[in-house]
Amino acid sequence: MEGIVGYGAYIPRNRIKVEEIAKVWGADAPSYKKGLMLEEKSVPAPDQDTITMSVEASRNALRRAKIDPRQIGAVYIGSESHPYAVKPSGTVLAEALGATPDVHTADFEFACKAGTEGMFVAFGLVKAGLIAYGLGVGADTSQGAPGDALEYSAAAGAAAFIFGRESLVAEVLATYSFTTDTPDFWRREYQYYPQHGGRFTGDPAYFKHITGAARGILKQTGMKPEDFDYVIFHQPNGKFPLRVGEMLGFTKPQIEPGWLVPLLGNTYSGSSPLGLTATLDIAKPGDKILLVSYGSGAGSDAFVLRTTPRLDEVRDLAPRTRDLLGANKRYLEYGEYAKFRHKIRKAE
Amino acid sequence: MRDVAVIGVGMTPWGELWEKSLRTIFVESALLAVEDAGVDKIDSLFVGSMSSGVFVGQEHLASLLADYLGYGPIPALRVESACASGGLALKMGFLEVASGVSDVVLVGGVEKMTDVNGNEATYALGTAADQEYECFHGITFPGLYALIARAHMEKYGTTREQLAMVAVKNHANGSKNPLAQYPFPVTVDAVLKSVLIADPLRILDCSPITDGAAAVILAPVALAKKLKKPVVKITGLGHATDTIALSSRKDITWLEAVHLAGQQAYKMAGRKPRDIDFAEVHDCFTIAEICVTEALGFVDKGQGGKAVEEGLTALGGKIPVNPSGGLKSKGHPVGATGVAQAVELVKQLRGEAGDRQVKGARVGMAQNMGGSGGSSVVHIFESE
Amino acid sequence: MPTPSRNWRETPQRYRFEAGRCRNCGFVAFPPRVICPQCRGRDFETVVLPERGKLASYTVIRVPPQPFADQAPYAVGIVELENGVRVTAQVVDVEFERLQIGLPLRAEFRRVSDDGQAGVIAYGYKFVPA
Repeated sequence: MEGIVGYGAYIPRNRIKVEEIAKVWGADAPSYKKGLMLEEKSVPAPDQDTITMSVEASRNALRRAKIDPRQIGAVYIGSESHPYAVKPSGTVLAEALGATPDVHTADFEFACKAGTEGMFVAFGLVKAGLIAYGLGVGADTSQGAPGDALEYSAAAGAAAFIFGRESLVAEVLATYSFTTDTPDFWRREYQYYPQHGGRFTGDPAYFKHITGAARGILKQTGMKPEDFDYVIFHQPNGKFPLRVGEMLGFTKPQIEPGWLVPLLGNTYSGSSPLGLTATLDIAKPGDKILLVSYGSGAGSDAFVLRTTPRLDEVRDLAPRTRDLLGANKRYLEYGEYAKFRHKIRKAE
Repeated sequence: MRDVAVIGVGMTPWGELWEKSLRTIFVESALLAVEDAGVDKIDSLFVGSMSSGVFVGQEHLASLLADYLGYGPIPALRVESACASGGLALKMGFLEVASGVSDVVLVGGVEKMTDVNGNEATYALGTAADQEYECFHGITFPGLYALIARAHMEKYGTTREQLAMVAVKNHANGSKNPLAQYPFPVTVDAVLKSVLIADPLRILDCSPITDGAAAVILAPVALAKKLKKPVVKITGLGHATDTIALSSRKDITWLEAVHLAGQQAYKMAGRKPRDIDFAEVHDCFTIAEICVTEALGFVDKGQGGKAVEEGLTALGGKIPVNPSGGLKSKGHPVGATGVAQAVELVKQLRGEAGDRQVKGARVGMAQNMGGSGGSSVVHIFESE
Repeated sequence: MPTPSRNWRETPQRYRFEAGRCRNCGFVAFPPRVICPQCRGRDFETVVLPERGKLASYTVIRVPPQPFADQAPYAVGIVELENGVRVTAQVVDVEFERLQIGLPLRAEFRRVSDDGQAGVIAYGYKFVPA
């Protein structure tokens, strides 16, 4: 049986509230907060990026996995905000962990699904017997265009998973991917901010693919929503995961432990992966977890997991997700936020 | 080894010298020294300059300056040891005369710092620190000395006010120095209110960015007597290094290189700290002067702050320190500083220091330092 | 300004905190050296520095050098690690008022500098409150 040997999270400490952004753009904060079910989001400092957060999340995963990093055979970071357009993020991570040189590395990209993609491939190589351990990370420091709806939610965070064949904290019982070509959200080369199709990002995009992947994996495994202890959906805002959960027949208590977005924002490739780390932080051995990610463009990856007793032994070897979410927070005003997010045009 | 005397000194006003290039600044001071010495030949040239390459893109500096000096195809050497470049050029000149290789040696120091902007100047000065393990992390020179200050304040109870008093004293002296960049007094209050550079150091704790040069002529004592010059001899010399990175030091509040160089100079001159009538020391930052007075043995370890508060090092005090105004008031064109200290020593020992004159000055000490204390050179001068 | 090869050469130190321990006298050199400054030994083994330590001194840089022009003010300190080795590094994620000698810290991977918008990014260690 293959599955997760170690997991880790990283969330930067800076935050900005919905009110602070709304104030600058003359928007009605209460209606954004209600409509998005969102209070505040994380903001990366200028010295934090997808690579730095991936390194810290991966170090936390290694603390729980307790393996020699040289045994890691594959290192994948999935993100839509890789620091370089050409030069891999994964090689920096692999070097920082000490996994080089006998390792395969690739960067993944698929809007918010890039994290679970890397996880899927790392897991697949382990299952195929090609490598002993594989690391998949979802991390982002995504941008929302100034004044756009996405500016309220585009946040930063990272979650890392080491897959292997022994000493598991959670077995992967099944995987399923559901993909179509759907242009709901995109960014062309050399454009600074992404664009999106407004309400087109709802039913034909997010809901269609999450329900497609969820129904596909339920059919494949013969399982029903009530068989699960927890479920995590991609969280672009607070409302969508609750609504899709309801559509599929899941309850709020199943969704709640992994539902971080109201205080975190949408960490894009880190979104459902961080929901998973938060869930693993509190799950009991033998719990069944469904994870369904979503990436615009569009697609969803689904995983069915079952936790093991080893989870209880290693859980506290690294910080818990909600502790990272709540600790040492610092609130920014819009000016400092704009400076941190490189939204101020400077001299050449 | 022959006895070596300083027979001529030259220095033009220091400041932001927009109209003068590096070579002009150097040559003007050098020619003043040649005239003061009354010599008509120069056997060799030593010039101290930290970073002409970074500031004005000019290396091969010694040859350039020998050319523009106009005294023939003389051997010329540029000496570099960060802010101790001038003092070390003096050491090299001394050795060349003492050994008999040359009779008349021009030692000069020069730095042209204002052709680059503030951030670039800070970067250039930072090359005196550990590039990969200090500068890489964004530290600056004010930052390194601020680390020293913070530790000194924690360990010995040195106060912010005591640091300010160093600046006040040196400005009081510098206001009597017509060549100083900032010849005006400052108050403790003004220092404490000035803008922060690297906590706890403020801009009035820091020596400025300056263009300037200074020069001296060295000769054997026998030649000095023949030329009927007042004889000012170099009787003591010491030179030592320490770790380049502050984090590698055993005790960051103690300047070991200064201490060792001082001990060597005392030994060679047969002198003790109490024999020193006055000293020109390297107050690149106010805390530096405090630490140097301890390392040279003028005061006990940790007591440097108290000493300046009690007036020990004031112009009328028991051991006046920086009667010229120091780097703080006079300015700090990096490579020139060590040579300017020698100029002040000679003027004091000749009785030519005007309002700044230290009464009865017969034995003077010059201490020059590179980086955060990675190198130091100390000279003792005495009048006959 | 940093160049690709200069930064790359220091990655074992900047990414993995690798130091050299003299097999003869136990002196730990960071960065590693060819010759031991304590005993002049030439035989070293690679050791990894501990990630935790205490603040030994600190300052806040308000006038930065060129590569850090946009980042001021930022705190820099000398951190004494648990094994006695001291390193210079930025101290982040902490309000300046909280800085004091003895503050417990741990190392974290951060972007340290870059060669402009188009140049290579230099990663390394900074310290955060432990």
